[in-house]
Amino acid sequence: MNIIDRRLNPQGKSLANRQRFLRRARAQIVKAVREASGSRSIQDIGNGEKISIPMDGLREPSFHRAAKGGIRDYVVPGNKEYVEGDRIKKPEEEDGEGGGNQGRPDGEGADDFAFVLSKEEFLDIFLDDLELPDLVKKKMKQTESTTPMRAGYSVTGSPANLNIVRTMRNSLSRRIALRRPKPAELAELEEEIRALEESGLDPERLSVLRLEFDRLVARSKRVPYIDPLDVRYSRFEHVPKPITQAVMFCLMDVSGSMTEHMKDLAKRFFMLLYLFLSRRYRHVDVVFIRHTHEAEEVDEDTFFYSTETGGTVVSTALEEMRKVIEDRYPVGDWNIYCAQASDGDNTSSDNAKTAGLLEDVILPACQYFAYIEVGAEYKDWLGRDSDLWRTYKQVIKPGGHLAMRRVRVRSQIFPVFRDLFAKERHDSTTWAAGGEGP
Amino acid sequence: MTTTTITDTPLFTGADWDFDKVRRVYDAVEEIAKGELGLITYPNQIEVITAEQMLDAYSSIGMPLMYKHWSFGKRFAQDETLYRKGMRGLAYEIVINSSPCISYIMEENSMAMQTLVIAHAAFGHNHFFKNNGLFKQWTDAKGILDYMEFAKGYVAHCEERYGHQAVERVMDAAHALMSHGVHKYPRKRTPDLADEERRAAERSAYQEKMYNDLWRTVPKAAATKQGSQELAERKRRLGLPEENMLYFLEKMAPKLAPWQRELIRIVRKIAQYFYPQKQTKMMNEGCATFTHYTIVNRMHEKGLLSDGAMLEILHSHTSVVFQPDFDDRRYSGINPYALGFNMMGDIRRICEAPTPEDREWFPDFAGNGDPYGTLRQAWADYRDESFVLQYLSPALIRKMRLFKIHDVAERPEMEVTAIHNERGYREVRKSLARSYDIAHLETDIQIVDVDLAGDRRLIVHHLVENGMLLNEAEAIRVVRHIANLWGYEVRLIEIESGTDAVLKTYEDMAPTSMM
Repeated sequence: MNIIDRRLNPQGKSLANRQRFLRRARAQIVKAVREASGSRSIQDIGNGEKISIPMDGLREPSFHRAAKGGIRDYVVPGNKEYVEGDRIKKPEEEDGEGGGNQGRPDGEGADDFAFVLSKEEFLDIFLDDLELPDLVKKKMKQTESTTPMRAGYSVTGSPANLNIVRTMRNSLSRRIALRRPKPAELAELEEEIRALEESGLDPERLSVLRLEFDRLVARSKRVPYIDPLDVRYSRFEHVPKPITQAVMFCLMDVSGSMTEHMKDLAKRFFMLLYLFLSRRYRHVDVVFIRHTHEAEEVDEDTFFYSTETGGTVVSTALEEMRKVIEDRYPVGDWNIYCAQASDGDNTSSDNAKTAGLLEDVILPACQYFAYIEVGAEYKDWLGRDSDLWRTYKQVIKPGGHLAMRRVRVRSQIFPVFRDLFAKERHDSTTWAAGGEGP
Repeated sequence: MTTTTITDTPLFTGADWDFDKVRRVYDAVEEIAKGELGLITYPNQIEVITAEQMLDAYSSIGMPLMYKHWSFGKRFAQDETLYRKGMRGLAYEIVINSSPCISYIMEENSMAMQTLVIAHAAFGHNHFFKNNGLFKQWTDAKGILDYMEFAKGYVAHCEERYGHQAVERVMDAAHALMSHGVHKYPRKRTPDLADEERRAAERSAYQEKMYNDLWRTVPKAAATKQGSQELAERKRRLGLPEENMLYFLEKMAPKLAPWQRELIRIVRKIAQYFYPQKQTKMMNEGCATFTHYTIVNRMHEKGLLSDGAMLEILHSHTSVVFQPDFDDRRYSGINPYALGFNMMGDIRRICEAPTPEDREWFPDFAGNGDPYGTLRQAWADYRDESFVLQYLSPALIRKMRLFKIHDVAERPEMEVTAIHNERGYREVRKSLARSYDIAHLETDIQIVDVDLAGDRRLIVHHLVENGMLLNEAEAIRVVRHIANLWGYEVRLIEIESGTDAVLKTYEDMAPTSMM
């Protein structure tokens, strides 16, 4: 008999089968992921997901008999009351369900296949759907930088890391243990000797004291005040460190002119931004501010799914954002990112105020401000750019933190997203490296 | 009975296992299995695996060296989801019919469970694999691992060379026909050239000897027979009718490339390898369960197992052989472990302490005092169907309270036609045996004709028994697969067996994709 320990064999033998399975069901899975990412909240986007897909293309058919019909004999256990010749009424529900020779009308896709996608698989498919090129994908999955953290003491190190408190404590205990004479004792003895020398009363005791004094001096020379044994250095370990914390403001126009499609585009953009930030910062807060002619901070569900009526005054949202920053996110402690999605409407009288707020208050506080205009038409009936577009255009400066793009369909989102970052990376390193502050 | 030395130091205490304990337990189990039960086994190989590896092995139908296919990935995802949710426990072991016989045991099992598994798989199943006639005839225990290795390599090679999709198309189609890809009877050996020549010489010598000019004057058969003769000739040449559809397609499909035929052959070989397991599921599990039960009890008697370990083993033993009643929510057919274990326990009872009834029903072995010899013979010579037919005793029918129901689809009521009484025993036994008959369980589908001169349409018949038709949606999908392999149209017809009346004709299915 042999016993073989196979536990250490390479794991994931079924990985190849899983890849084949995922490839086979690719179309259905992409669809399911798209639906799932539509319904899940922005901050959950990075987690694995249980999805269900229809069985099309995943069936393994075989010849077998229909569940019903014909003449059948069964032998079953556990008879309690029946005797030969008894008749048992067939269960009702089965009669209702079609009967006949057909079996149940085999519903295509009725029996869904449910399984769990890992986080990586989910992200891959999610990002693929956004036409994310491989290169960028790698960048987004990068790990963050490290920082030295205190990790106890060591006996070696650079002088700069010398830990004086710990060193002196060692020194003290060693001196006590080896009975190194204290300076006070020596001084006392010296004093006594001098007194005796001056008085000259007790030459015998003087000589004893002198001998004692010499012995103590010799001892204190042998037992050094600080020995190399005592020296301790502070030890540091490099641990991954979030560069700092970030807050992401999602601003969206929710007035009647924003359709579901536009909101979906906006949501995807927000998701991407969230993903991007959460890869760079350990902690990312998300603040949702929606606005019509007035703005309020809301939770995510309300943000995406409740509709409001009213005019459109963009400056209210910026004002709200300023308030939130003042209340909760001091500029010194937080990296502030802002993404605004709108169809471009704004009340004409508000344009100047919006531009002013943006330029004087918001932009100086932000790492980055991305404005995307979603929707079918970019020009108004006079053939001009939308109100907001024109307003922001005034504020935009080369090398500034404001970027604006237009998105019409889902597949454009990632290119636009990448575009925003590519430009920024070129201008300054703040965005790509995570930023240390404006 | 052998003399028993009772020791008061059990082989192990506590739940943890290590290799040393496993070896000690194995030796103790072997001593009882070989010495007292007289089991004859392949050499054993015990492999320790993790839960994940167990899931792996699960999803590729228990074969450690299975080729890659998406359906295994699908099964894995399914099992994993259920397992993670805690809706399903894993099997404690998997055992491979090979030489050496490989038993997988999970690292999560406690030592008591490992003991149970060793007795169950490494001796119970192993003995059955080695001695049962069906396994001897149909499977090659020494060769299977090598063959799987070859199959895996070949499929991978084809994927590399012809692309995943092309390979998948063939494999999907072959998998759909897997249950109709086995030879149920040993095939006639095709005569080789020397044989053929010898036979031809014999025949002509005979004809010369028997020559009589008078035969020339006898009128020839009517011309109308000509057509049917041609048909008969064609069928003979193609070996039709053929129920092994994979075999037929592998040999005869006109458009397949050699590598595609080889892929079909691989699937067919694997189906054939598993064919005996299908026919002996109940006996095989019964044999293993009976073996482990007997062995662990003996170990406990000898003081080799502590009471705690014994209780743990009994707990899982009873849940394995639990048989819910037909009206229980948990009922899902007769539990093969329960029936097999009960029947074998019953045989032992009949050998050791028969009642007059048993002597009447089983004169051959009632009271012969050699339960293990009797069982060994049953394990060697029977399959589920014949085993039930031969050995199911009235006492057990009463104990399990088996009864027979007759169900005609059109009637609103089912009829109880036999119960566990004097008049019903034989009827119940016959029906239960029939429900284990693979020929009766699986649909009888045959390829009956090909129009080689015309449009090469393949005609497939389903011989309908008792009016039980095919599941239509599934059948259509399978026919599509057949068409893809065959390369031309395929027609499926359901015919009532006996009367040859056509019950249902499916539309001709043309191939949907190029192979």
